[in-house]
Amino acid sequence: MAGSSTVHRQPAPPAPVAVEPGAHDIVAVPLRHPGRWVLASLILLALLGVGTSLWQNPNIDHPTIARYLFSDRIVAGAVLTVALTIITMVLSTILGIVLALMRLSENPVLNSVAWLYIWIFRGTPLLVQIVFWGYLGLLYKQLSLGVPFTDFTVFTVDTNALIPAFVAGVIALTTNQGAYTAEIVRAGMLSVDQGQKEACYSLGMTPLFTLFKVELPQAMRVIIPPMGNETISMLKDTALLSLIAVAELYTVAARISSQNLHQVELLIVVSIWYLALTSILSVPQYHLERHYGRGSRTLGPTPIGRAVALVHRVRRSQEGNRK
Amino acid sequence: MNSILESPSPVRTDEHRLPLVQARGVRKSYGQLQVLKGIDVQVDAGQVMCLLGPSGSGKSTFLRCINHLERIDGGRINFDGELIGYAQRNGKLHEMKPREVARQRRGIGMVFQRFNLFPHLTALENIIAAPIGIKRIPKAQAIAQAHELLEQVGLGDKAALHPAKLSGGQQQRVAIARALAMEPKLMLFDEPTSALDPELVGDVLDVMQKLAASGMTMIVVTHEIGFARNVADEVVFMDGGVVVESGSPAAVLGNPSHERTRAFLENVI
Repeated sequence: MAGSSTVHRQPAPPAPVAVEPGAHDIVAVPLRHPGRWVLASLILLALLGVGTSLWQNPNIDHPTIARYLFSDRIVAGAVLTVALTIITMVLSTILGIVLALMRLSENPVLNSVAWLYIWIFRGTPLLVQIVFWGYLGLLYKQLSLGVPFTDFTVFTVDTNALIPAFVAGVIALTTNQGAYTAEIVRAGMLSVDQGQKEACYSLGMTPLFTLFKVELPQAMRVIIPPMGNETISMLKDTALLSLIAVAELYTVAARISSQNLHQVELLIVVSIWYLALTSILSVPQYHLERHYGRGSRTLGPTPIGRAVALVHRVRRSQEGNRK
Repeated sequence: MNSILESPSPVRTDEHRLPLVQARGVRKSYGQLQVLKGIDVQVDAGQVMCLLGPSGSGKSTFLRCINHLERIDGGRINFDGELIGYAQRNGKLHEMKPREVARQRRGIGMVFQRFNLFPHLTALENIIAAPIGIKRIPKAQAIAQAHELLEQVGLGDKAALHPAKLSGGQQQRVAIARALAMEPKLMLFDEPTSALDPELVGDVLDVMQKLAASGMTMIVVTHEIGFARNVADEVVFMDGGVVVESGSPAAVLGNPSHERTRAFLENVI
């Protein structure tokens, strides 16, 4: 505040000065942050050290990384990983919403069933569940549709024929994720103000219409950020399906390295892919958050919008300098 | 719940003579706490009734009972010739299905203290949601009607704005328009101006006064004594879950017969 006395040293009482919009009436020397520069230099040095040690490490064969990064088998594995992520996230979200609504319903039967489901699928390791579904054939050699405790059956099939590894993987990841998603959706639903429901009911809306028109859209604002997290987790958890031989990214890489013995190189290839895929995933999350945040806060421009505005500003200032 | 079944069944009289809203012996408890201890009021079509009383007197609870947001424990509420929340068959009361309750509520609009607009929808979308989704009115017609209603509440230029961009008074007027879009026979107002800045209260009261003049039947829970004096046909003073006194505004507000009413009015005015 010491500077303020020098700024307002006019003899006349300070009258409100009409400042042209956009004009700066304070020209001050910005606060310096020398600590930041020191810290940044140290970190940069450390990163350089790690980078060089990796680059010069004789145990890493860099051409192998380059050769396999976009090889057909690896790309096919990555495609399957993305497909698995999308399929399981869509199915598990539907399952999660249904489970959440069951948990929130006044029907004690639905409520208990959902609670039991979430208890089991959240309470046992995903790894165990995946192996369970993969080896379902050991538990039930044949699956049949019919009336329990009678001899009446509609059809009977071999378990392994009905559920190949890919399907077992999708079921395992979907059923497990559904339990987690259910809790996220439930928290989102609970975050919606009770007055919203009352307003809907007072307008003569049915509970189902209220749910889809008013409650879920508002719950989405709370649901989307953790769901982005879950999607990123899911993308990486698909690697667990290597246990039941689903040919996704990690399985493919492990198979290749078991032949050429370049384990480290293929792990790096796999890491690059996962890192790239998770980075891409944050884009739709950003836009979903904006979409469901409308009405609740002022939305700034998107990064692309900001970049365009920056280009315009730079161009305008250049023109200004020329004049 | 038992007391509802034990109460005498309502006497069927000529429909034309029946008031639009008739409450008899309405009782309501939250656990051990009895909030309504037998409320008897009635409102004829086209009339405006103001409910006054200290907070905790049960007036808001009673209002919420009329459109079955709260379930009553005893007594009866009749609206437009029907029992609220229950169907009477063979001398027995049956709880209504949610769908039937929803149908009944379509005839009753409600305005809340906290507005309760849908924050993810624009003013216009707030108004057309129920007419399109529930009444199945064609979209173009609903939009035209919504614009007309916004015009009537003085917000013709705010149709595209989300509630967060509107002042409290503007939000409350959108909420009134939203309730009116369902073309109700009765409007319930639950302290509609209590959450507003003093300077915004007038706009909302003006809209309500116009609505009353247009012949809408209204039950208004309010602390605005001036509004009650100018607009109400009947003023009901409640305290401790009972009606202390009721009558014309001149009688209840000008010359209260109960000490409790007098004390309340002295504090409010």
